[in-house]
Amino acid sequence: MSKEAMLTAIRRGLRRGPLPQDQATMLRGRLAAHPRHLIPARSRLPHPEQVTLFVANVEKEFGSVARVPGLDAVPEAVATYLAAQNLPTDIVMAPHPDLQAIPWATRPLLHLREGRAEATDMVSLQHAFAGIAETGTLMLPSAPQRPTTLNLLADTEIVLLRASRLVGAYEEAWDLLRAELGGMPRNVMLVTGPSRSADIEQTLELGAHGPRRLHVVLVEDAAPQ
Amino acid sequence: MHIATSSAFKENAHRAIADAGLQKALARSGPSFIARRTAAVAGLPEFEQLRDTARDIKNHTLANLDFYLETWATNVERAGGKVHWCSTADEARDAVLSICRTANARTVTKGKSMISEELGINDHLERHGITPIETDLGEYIIQLRHELPSHIIAPAFHLNKEDWEYSFRKSHTDLPPDRVFRERRDILTEARTRLREKFLAADVGITGANFLIAETGSSVIVTNEGNGDLTQTLPRVHIALASIEKIVPTIEDCMSLLRVLARSATGQDFSVYTTFSTGARRPDDLDGPDEYHVVLVDNGRSAMLGTEFQEMLRCIRCAACMNHCPVYGTVGGHAYGWVYPGPMGAVLTPSLIGVQQAGHLPNASTFCGKCESVCPVKIPLPKLMRHWREREFERHLTPHAVRTNLALWGYFARRPALYRLATRAAAWTLGLLGRKQGRFHKLPFASGWTGGRDLPAPEGDTFFARYAREQRAGRLR
Repeated sequence: MSKEAMLTAIRRGLRRGPLPQDQATMLRGRLAAHPRHLIPARSRLPHPEQVTLFVANVEKEFGSVARVPGLDAVPEAVATYLAAQNLPTDIVMAPHPDLQAIPWATRPLLHLREGRAEATDMVSLQHAFAGIAETGTLMLPSAPQRPTTLNLLADTEIVLLRASRLVGAYEEAWDLLRAELGGMPRNVMLVTGPSRSADIEQTLELGAHGPRRLHVVLVEDAAPQ
Repeated sequence: MHIATSSAFKENAHRAIADAGLQKALARSGPSFIARRTAAVAGLPEFEQLRDTARDIKNHTLANLDFYLETWATNVERAGGKVHWCSTADEARDAVLSICRTANARTVTKGKSMISEELGINDHLERHGITPIETDLGEYIIQLRHELPSHIIAPAFHLNKEDWEYSFRKSHTDLPPDRVFRERRDILTEARTRLREKFLAADVGITGANFLIAETGSSVIVTNEGNGDLTQTLPRVHIALASIEKIVPTIEDCMSLLRVLARSATGQDFSVYTTFSTGARRPDDLDGPDEYHVVLVDNGRSAMLGTEFQEMLRCIRCAACMNHCPVYGTVGGHAYGWVYPGPMGAVLTPSLIGVQQAGHLPNASTFCGKCESVCPVKIPLPKLMRHWREREFERHLTPHAVRTNLALWGYFARRPALYRLATRAAAWTLGLLGRKQGRFHKLPFASGWTGGRDLPAPEGDTFFARYAREQRAGRLR
């Protein structure tokens, strides 16, 4: 058995046998408690300032943000963004209830298809589980309502984020995920800005293999309790 | 496995210094890496404390490595994934091949992975009729040019724009002759278009792993391009390659390490895509791979545990050490002759391929200490290089002339009175001989120095003598 051989080699290096029961119990306790370490002060702010920090960080990383007062204002914001970028109005959308509840009929020129993204899709609309102010990062766990391909295949990714889902540090977003989803989904992407590469002469170019543009539509609903 | 040329480091280094293209690339890219890291660190006041945290997390994990790996493996399988335990490079290559064969794979896309380079996965697949396609932009051109990466996070560090254009024209033979590659963007667009087809056609996707998480059974990759995510999302089968020291206990531990990783590496606050993969596609998912495998590799690492080199297993492969190294900055990565260059390579390579082969690498250091001072997990790299020099000496691998001279120096150094007398006599003689010119163009036994620059003539006194005099005069405290 290669597994036993590898564990034995490790224990030989550590000069001990398998961990004694009390130590293993202690480590299992550490896993169950998953204690936090030092969290940088930069994101420990009142919620409105966390929103400001999030927006500043997304923009610093070459993304863009549109702040809208409610879900009703989303179609207008999306249409305006696409027009300003001279982009087509065919959108592949995550089949998420939050997105389905938006009154899209107010903008009949937007053509929405629900599902996963295909290689030919130019624009995707994704739903963010949470936003993280610390670095302007979106948390996008995979689910039937939130396909991973929407984060990758389209040239332009638009992400809907409710301000009430915006937290300061990564650890707070993971706490939400643990509490609401129970376990780890197949895939959790933390996305900070659009795709880029600096492999050619160590000089930054946007739009490597993933989206060339990342646009966040931030819905200013009530602050979290 | 790649044939190492580390034993020819001296010849490699001479060639590198004479290579105008390489020197141009090094002069351009070296300083920008340093400036970006400095700015990122300045933006996070807690950075120094976080380095201590990062070091402590890794030390805790290594002390309990067996426990955390077993826990992790149980959680991978609970989430529907499969772990392949591989002690050696051979076992790992065969595990990858066997998964690919079971999947009837013809083409395999790959995310950037240093362990894949270490194992020589591409050659192995090709020998067995499976086509591997590197999708990280830097790795892609390295594969086109049949080279090794010259840097662990910037594989094409040694190339200039002209080299990219040349290699693209040579390999993409269907390009119209008037196709323009004036801007970097033109090169990027060409690669994006080519590789998009490959992503969609691949049967298997192979990525590395920056971290494995025991608590959840996840593997984590960190990229900026998104190629790693396309690689692990679109094909039917995902294989993650990971060495045993990639494990961390919890998500919180992982996030603390991520806070220092990108800042140390590219000077970003956070990389664009940090992705946690846990098992295969779930029943109602619309996308994702049907199979999730992790090939877990030891390949010499467990033998470092319990030795003075255990600390090297903390390494998170950020490349800050090589970015700040004056030797790397002068000769580039290829001179080191194997997969891992720079200070981290100078310590790791002898552990993995033997000090007989790689003994030059721990000697290729000025011991300026910059690498240790920027290491996010505080690996004492100069100390570890010194350990390799000692081992080399103990095993009589050091050249005869070096041993003789060290013995001679040792004789004097152990007799301080004699040492001072001899250095005083030498300083006095050289001072007298060089009084007229003030410097020497040539000196017997010192051509290594005078071949490149003049040696200033001593002004007739040694440091010790002067120090004693100043102290007597009460000018020093």
